[in-house]
Amino acid sequence: MIEKLDQIFVSLLHWLVSSLPATLQPLAGVLLSVVAIVCLFPALFALTTVFERKGLGRIQNRLGPNRIGPFGFFQPIADGIKSLTKEDIVPLSADAVVHFLAPVVLVVAVFMGFAVLPMGRHMVLVEMDAGLLFYFAMGASTELAVFMAGWSSRNKYSLLGAMRAVAQMISYEVILLLSSVTVVMMAGSLSLTKIVEAQSSYTWGFPHWYIFTPWGCAGFVMYAIAATAETNRSPFDLPEGESELVAGYHTEYSGFKFALFFLGEYLAMFSISGLGTTLFLGGWSAPFSFLTWIPSWTWFFSKLMLSIFVFIWLRGTLPRLRQDQLMNFAWKFVLPMCLLNLLVAGAWRFMGEGWPRWFVCSVILVAAYAGLGLSEMRKGKIGPRSYRYAE
Amino acid sequence: MSVVFYVLAALTVAGALAAVLLKNTVHCALALTVAFAGLALLFLNLDAQFAGFAQILVYIGAVAILVVFAILLTKGSETPRDGVFSRTWLVGLVIAAGVFAVLSWAVINSVRVLPHETAVPQVTVLQIGNALVGRYVLPLEIVAVLLTAAMIGAVIVAMHEKVGHEKEGQK
Repeated sequence: MIEKLDQIFVSLLHWLVSSLPATLQPLAGVLLSVVAIVCLFPALFALTTVFERKGLGRIQNRLGPNRIGPFGFFQPIADGIKSLTKEDIVPLSADAVVHFLAPVVLVVAVFMGFAVLPMGRHMVLVEMDAGLLFYFAMGASTELAVFMAGWSSRNKYSLLGAMRAVAQMISYEVILLLSSVTVVMMAGSLSLTKIVEAQSSYTWGFPHWYIFTPWGCAGFVMYAIAATAETNRSPFDLPEGESELVAGYHTEYSGFKFALFFLGEYLAMFSISGLGTTLFLGGWSAPFSFLTWIPSWTWFFSKLMLSIFVFIWLRGTLPRLRQDQLMNFAWKFVLPMCLLNLLVAGAWRFMGEGWPRWFVCSVILVAAYAGLGLSEMRKGKIGPRSYRYAE
Repeated sequence: MSVVFYVLAALTVAGALAAVLLKNTVHCALALTVAFAGLALLFLNLDAQFAGFAQILVYIGAVAILVVFAILLTKGSETPRDGVFSRTWLVGLVIAAGVFAVLSWAVINSVRVLPHETAVPQVTVLQIGNALVGRYVLPLEIVAVLLTAAMIGAVIVAMHEKVGHEKEGQK
């Protein structure tokens, strides 16, 4: 029974496909899985927008949407109808072809990332030897879509927003890659399925997730920072800073094309949270050995939604960074820590089992964090703030 | 040679031709990305996963962005009225033909030299990684030193310019 529930989606797919002739079966199987992904994540997106608006409302001491349906839960349906029926305005001087292609390229590239994420035991669309590399290759393609959107609009705010976004995404992509490399070093594979399997054993009821090691914990924190910056979420949402740039690279987009950008941003959030879950939080494995009877896909999606909750929480609490702070933080603080973490992961691997490696690795990381942080703080001259025009 | 190969080859060649023939420089850069993507898909068509994904990651994710940044951040990114074709196109054509001739000579010769493999070799990323840090570690390190030197050089060039501006401001 438990086995059946765990594999319910896999067996459902097999049952659906088995009625077809043998030559069509592989094609139909892939098509059905793709349709499932393309339906599921936008539905999750609709749900998340409500939760986000309600959560932000709670943080800001107001109600949030509460008019449409019970507790305002049908709000995304109304929003969807609105964006579908709105007029699609293309500026006269815009580059029409590139302006049209940009949101399409963005959403397609983001959707591709889901292909390699293992969402449960045996639940992965394409089992790939170089799955992680595929994911990062697709993630890198979204930068070009952002540039296309900003450049083709022929609007200085769009172009500035796109330049900011691309510079930020390139800088933080380095961190994203370097913090994931530690996991690859430990698991010895670029295949995401194998990375999850390497973490799904238990000692005394506790799992072997990579976040529960010194290098994994440091790597996860840096991965989370880079993921927030990659998806242009607050506090790294400078590319869309309303007070400076109207809406950044999608200023000149309206109607359904704007909805595509919105969808793309949230899908990128889901997929990058899914990857973080897979790399550091044990993917679909249960947090305690006595909970393994709960279906594996529940765990994956619970961890995914927990990450989304943290994203929303951060958005409601933290102020936006300045451009120079953003770049200095990436290149002068997080990148050196990432490189050090690679060395620490190597030391962890070759020091063998036992408590000395826990001690040595933790001390190196904490000392580096404190030392680097203190020296940067001293340079920064943080004191009472003076205002030039407001006093 | 399957249908897929011809479709991908046509896509790649069309992208490369558009990159040369289009008038707007940013359009050229975007067309070049199509050619890069076509090449990556050709690698994947040959079951070379690592090469294909690395091509996408490096060329579409980084080189294409570098190209458009270079176009937008330098002067004269506006398209000149009389087209972008240089007057020395004949010399360029000769150089291109020369490079093409050398490359095709090498490719045609390699068919005779290399052993004929009947089955598709199964190369995993693990093997590529072992080869890179094992047998080919010296070339890898040389490339790394070269790239580091280039990066330090770029930083120094940028720093020098900034110091010069400050001095001008003081005058």
